[in-house]
Amino acid sequence: MPNMSLKKNEMPTQAPEVRNSNFLEVALGYTEEQAIDEAKRCLNCKHKPCTAGCPVKIHISDFIAQVAEGNFEEAYRIISQSSSLPAVCGRVCPQETQCEKMCVRGVKGEPVGIGRLERFVADYHNSHCTTSVVKPESNGHKVAIIGSGPSGLACAGDLAKKGYDVTVFEALHLAGGVLVYGIPEFRLPKTIVQKEIDTLKELGVEIDTNVVIGKTISIDELMEEYGYDAVFIGSGAGLPRFMNIPGESLNGVYSANEFLTRVNLMKAYKPDSTTPIQHGKKVVVVGGGNVAMDAARCAKRLGADVTIVYRLAMEELPARKEEVEHAMEEGIEFKLLTNPVSIEGNADGWVDGITCQVMELCEPDASGRRSPKAVQGSEFTIDADCVIMAIGTSPNPLIKSTTKGLETQRWGGIVADDETGKTSREGVYAGGDAVTGAATVILAMGAGKNAAAAIDRYISEKYAEN
Amino acid sequence: MYEILKKQRLNPTVTLMEINAPLVAKKAEPGQFIILRVNADGERIPLTIADYDREEGSITIIYQIVGATTQQLDSLNEGECLHDFVGPLGKATETEGLKKVAVVGGGVGCAIAYPVAKKLFEQGCEVHSIVGFRTKDLVILEHEFEKASSRLVRMSDDGSWGEKGLVTNALKTLVDGGEKYDRVITIGPLIMMKFVCQLTREYSIPTVASMNPIMIDGTGMCGGCRLTVGGETKFACVDGPEFDGHLIDFDSAMKRSSMYRDFERKAHEHVCNLLKMEDK
Repeated sequence: MPNMSLKKNEMPTQAPEVRNSNFLEVALGYTEEQAIDEAKRCLNCKHKPCTAGCPVKIHISDFIAQVAEGNFEEAYRIISQSSSLPAVCGRVCPQETQCEKMCVRGVKGEPVGIGRLERFVADYHNSHCTTSVVKPESNGHKVAIIGSGPSGLACAGDLAKKGYDVTVFEALHLAGGVLVYGIPEFRLPKTIVQKEIDTLKELGVEIDTNVVIGKTISIDELMEEYGYDAVFIGSGAGLPRFMNIPGESLNGVYSANEFLTRVNLMKAYKPDSTTPIQHGKKVVVVGGGNVAMDAARCAKRLGADVTIVYRLAMEELPARKEEVEHAMEEGIEFKLLTNPVSIEGNADGWVDGITCQVMELCEPDASGRRSPKAVQGSEFTIDADCVIMAIGTSPNPLIKSTTKGLETQRWGGIVADDETGKTSREGVYAGGDAVTGAATVILAMGAGKNAAAAIDRYISEKYAEN
Repeated sequence: MYEILKKQRLNPTVTLMEINAPLVAKKAEPGQFIILRVNADGERIPLTIADYDREEGSITIIYQIVGATTQQLDSLNEGECLHDFVGPLGKATETEGLKKVAVVGGGVGCAIAYPVAKKLFEQGCEVHSIVGFRTKDLVILEHEFEKASSRLVRMSDDGSWGEKGLVTNALKTLVDGGEKYDRVITIGPLIMMKFVCQLTREYSIPTVASMNPIMIDGTGMCGGCRLTVGGETKFACVDGPEFDGHLIDFDSAMKRSSMYRDFERKAHEHVCNLLKMEDK
């Protein structure tokens, strides 16, 4: 008999007034009892809309059925057939717009807590599993992966399991990409990312940090001199955008990338860190996406009063609902329908405020979209000693500018086939944010997996011909 | 690992190191930089490449001890290893087609000016090197500049080495004396480069300045190294580090370079105290 409760089992979390001054994980995860109880809310319906909503098509109702029976390892096995990073995706996937959005239980009441169950299963496995991964026998073919973020790790994992000799090249000193430099510790503990990377290493994947492809080694050299049969580009969208308004070069103005990299990758949140960061008293974050929420919540934890400024209304905030709620609970102020026009500074070149305009939404146009319009004469200044610009990122041009014959979009994204990641260069595949522009971990992971399958076909066919 | 093959003190606060980094050495060009970390928890610091040896697979860096990280770097010796070393980053100095160039270096910036002078000289370009130091004890690479210059002008603030005066005075004297340069390349303290560029603007001599702002990743990711050049935001790490000196907003660059001065001073004192304790 299914559990017919209309509500999900609540996720145990640190209390807002406690967590807003520490960097420990906010959500604490289900207990076994909670997980089984939640799993029993699944009706195991025939047409499985949840799986259709999952970018990597996890057999969701199958794994949940195993959780309901207490077979957690079997549940893990089912998830890992489709997903390379369950402990990560269980935490950072926007389930509310994917699997859970499609869940039949959501028609009347709340959907099944699929993300929470995925996280539970992955954490259970990571803390109970004692069998080590077996390194598959090499098939003698080499594949290079550029970037160790979600798409690169997923691609590397799938290829290594098929016996390829995989090398992942990472420009920074630590592997993980956005999972280590972008997403904060309190949302995704770095030990979890490290665990995933260690598993890849056990599979035989080599990770070469401190190598900037396009600078240290070019893609042509990888294929011609180093003997890689194929290359996967998963270099992400790491180039921060600025608004090009006056005052953006003042001291105390950060891109969200810089602020988060200092806090997360360079551990500036630790009191003994060698990385400097400004501990602002009054921080304004510009933008409404997940990155803006992460930056705001980090600044809060470093002791600031934080205001998020966003030019549209609450309904248009692109961040996950859960992240917005968490940010609000933690005492972050939201100034919506507000758009910066200039950043003000003092005589020493430091920020002391940000001047904004009030925006109003026009009547809906033919497509139903309400575009914002500035209200004349509505300018006002918010006091701030630190401003963080979180208005998006573009793909890094380093690879584009050093790889001949690699087609890119006008905005910098690499042109790649939707299904396979195939680019305009033979043997070169691409996926994740480098192709789509800034998107989600799960979409990048899916693209990495698709490319791995395509690379396997490409190399198999190439050598079958000879 | 990135082993220190050679360590040589050039003056009381400036040290030269040759680092084993074959992949970087294979590609390095004058004007480019590397980023290093001394240890597993260290900060990432950018240093411009002072020289490279493709056969030996080594990169030469020259650093001034200014903060905690350079202090820690300086505590390492030959045979020890750096934790991380990545590069070559940034664009190389454009040297093609230049026939006569004035290379103007100041202080530890001369370490970066030297490979540029050397490359130009090897290409058959007439190189006038104007190098300035505060005082005689701080002079570095004199012999190297001699070998890589058609003409070497030595300047010091106190007159203890070469002529007394600023590099801008020397450059002005040369230009007023009829020397015609295709380009001036200047590397040194921001304030010095600002005045060199002001001078060459008056004389309409194309001028390139090498910038070394605060940065983290060195690949365009953080935007911390941004500068205003000709009214546009540029990232020193990927668009530079060299820019048209007549377009750089030096005043804003000087303010940005002081962003973490307090933090750095405290960190430096902390490391100094730790090293003192180790010595006891």
